[in-house]
Amino acid sequence: MDLTLVGQGLLSGFLFGGVYSLMAVGLTLIFGVMRVVNFAHGDMMVWGMYLAWLLSARAGIDPYVGFLACAAALFLFGLLIQRGLVERIVDAPHEMQILLMLGVALVLENVALVAFGPDPARVRSPLSQATVWIGPIFIDVARLVTFGLAMALTAALWLFLARTDLGRSMRAAADNPYGARVIGTDVRKVYAAAFGVGAACVGAAGALVSPILPFQPTSGLGLSVTSFNIVIIGGMGSLPGAFVGGILVSVAESMGAVFLSPSMKELVSFGLLIAILLFRPAGLFGKTAG
Amino acid sequence: MKLLLLLAVVVLAALPWFVGSYLITVMIFIFFYAYLGQAWNIVGGYAGQLSAGHAAFVGIGGYAAALLSAHAGLSPWLGMWIGGGLAALLGAVIGYLGFRFGLRGFYFVLLTVAFAEICRVIALNVDAVGGALGLYITFTGNPRQFQFQDNRAYYYVALALMLGATAAVRAIETHRFGAYLTAIRQDESACEALGIDTLRVKMQAMVLSSFLTGVGGTFYAFYLFSLQPNAVFGIPLSVEIIIRPIVGGAGTVMGPILGSFILSPLAEISRSYFAQGGWNGLHLIVYGVLLIAVVLFLPQGAYPALRRLLRGRPA
Repeated sequence: MDLTLVGQGLLSGFLFGGVYSLMAVGLTLIFGVMRVVNFAHGDMMVWGMYLAWLLSARAGIDPYVGFLACAAALFLFGLLIQRGLVERIVDAPHEMQILLMLGVALVLENVALVAFGPDPARVRSPLSQATVWIGPIFIDVARLVTFGLAMALTAALWLFLARTDLGRSMRAAADNPYGARVIGTDVRKVYAAAFGVGAACVGAAGALVSPILPFQPTSGLGLSVTSFNIVIIGGMGSLPGAFVGGILVSVAESMGAVFLSPSMKELVSFGLLIAILLFRPAGLFGKTAG
Repeated sequence: MKLLLLLAVVVLAALPWFVGSYLITVMIFIFFYAYLGQAWNIVGGYAGQLSAGHAAFVGIGGYAAALLSAHAGLSPWLGMWIGGGLAALLGAVIGYLGFRFGLRGFYFVLLTVAFAEICRVIALNVDAVGGALGLYITFTGNPRQFQFQDNRAYYYVALALMLGATAAVRAIETHRFGAYLTAIRQDESACEALGIDTLRVKMQAMVLSSFLTGVGGTFYAFYLFSLQPNAVFGIPLSVEIIIRPIVGGAGTVMGPILGSFILSPLAEISRSYFAQGGWNGLHLIVYGVLLIAVVLFLPQGAYPALRRLLRGRPA
């Protein structure tokens, strides 16, 4: 095995992991706060990608700037979905919640299919062409920028949750919804904000990855499944778990592509998932499963 | 009620001699998806274990029967049982892993999805089973090879599958096993407290459900003459399987049939009319909206609501 190839795979997997982390942090935030699994997560991400594509194609805005607008749009969308639909089923059985979000996912995916057509799209950024060499290993500048911005956003989310009143209320509602209500937290507002912020994370992740990953309306399903893998591996509801899990799964997939074949890289992350489900269903950073 | 059902069966049996071939095709899809929905209903509806990977069993059954027919010359009429058996084996593995470790709700959903995706990736990458090109079945028109010149033969096979599975589910519902399943769905810990071996009951439901689904795989393969890994193992097929019983009424005998009579024509019409205008995803948008509406307004499905409506009036 060529060591350069392995090093190349490790590095590009690690850098790509930043996007996976941001995407999974969004999912785990929504789950942690209201115990609802967002089955439309990947499709929201695809909409982030298409919004970045629209901004770039129609208004000439670079996706590395446009991602802020995509995050804001998805924030609003998440807020509306929470207020209009999810709020009615927060206390329903898990099965019902899953089916509802599956319905939202189908609508999102196929509206994109009708609007943008089935062909793969890619957003052009001047950075997509540039590369940097470190010894025998090269790095796409786009990948580096994507990674840096994803890390910055995750850090910003961290600060928001740790330092602001709304962020603290979210963590309180996640820890103990009843207790949060007792001390006068407006749980309804917190839920809506959490869903919005979670959607904004995945929208930004979509926009940031759009210059390095070709996408099509049907990409959402695979991305949803990958985000579920990551949050289960990291521990449902655990933010550090989602962060570390994102990097881990990305590196594992990239190694799968090097050692098996690019089309079999999913096998590695599914293998990881099954191992975790069997031996530590609470995940690497989780406390309890269920 | 019994008379009405008998009448419906007689009408369905006579139908292909009075209608055109397009309607026969639509009916075949209604019956076949009702059959798959009925098979899912045992574990997903009655036992309340939401499997979102039932496509894996269709794929295993279809691939097994098709490969045995192509390489060993085994008639699919026999191969379908072997396909069903292999699907049941996979069902047992998934069920054991999931139930033994107490994976519920979302965790079980993901376990089933993961296994279906693993099957898909393997089928895509193993050239011996056709790889990414898929598997094609040469048409011989020989009834011994599960191939028929006349669409009406497929119609009767699909009708028999649906009626057989429905009779099986009806039998389950009226026996102790069905009562256990429903009890597990409603309150699993209470069942355990009463001394019911819930692991065993859930395993039986999973094995039976995956066996029937696997048998359906043979019909899929020899009706469509091709098996594509992305189509036959993919999540979209799993969604097709679960959406009918849920819309019709999961955990009821008539739910999957009613759901299929509602959704299959809808899918067929929007597919044939809108696909030409580039409106490919339209029937799936309809599915999505229906799923949302059912969860919000009819969480028990259409059949219980329909029954309430009928009971409200004097017969």
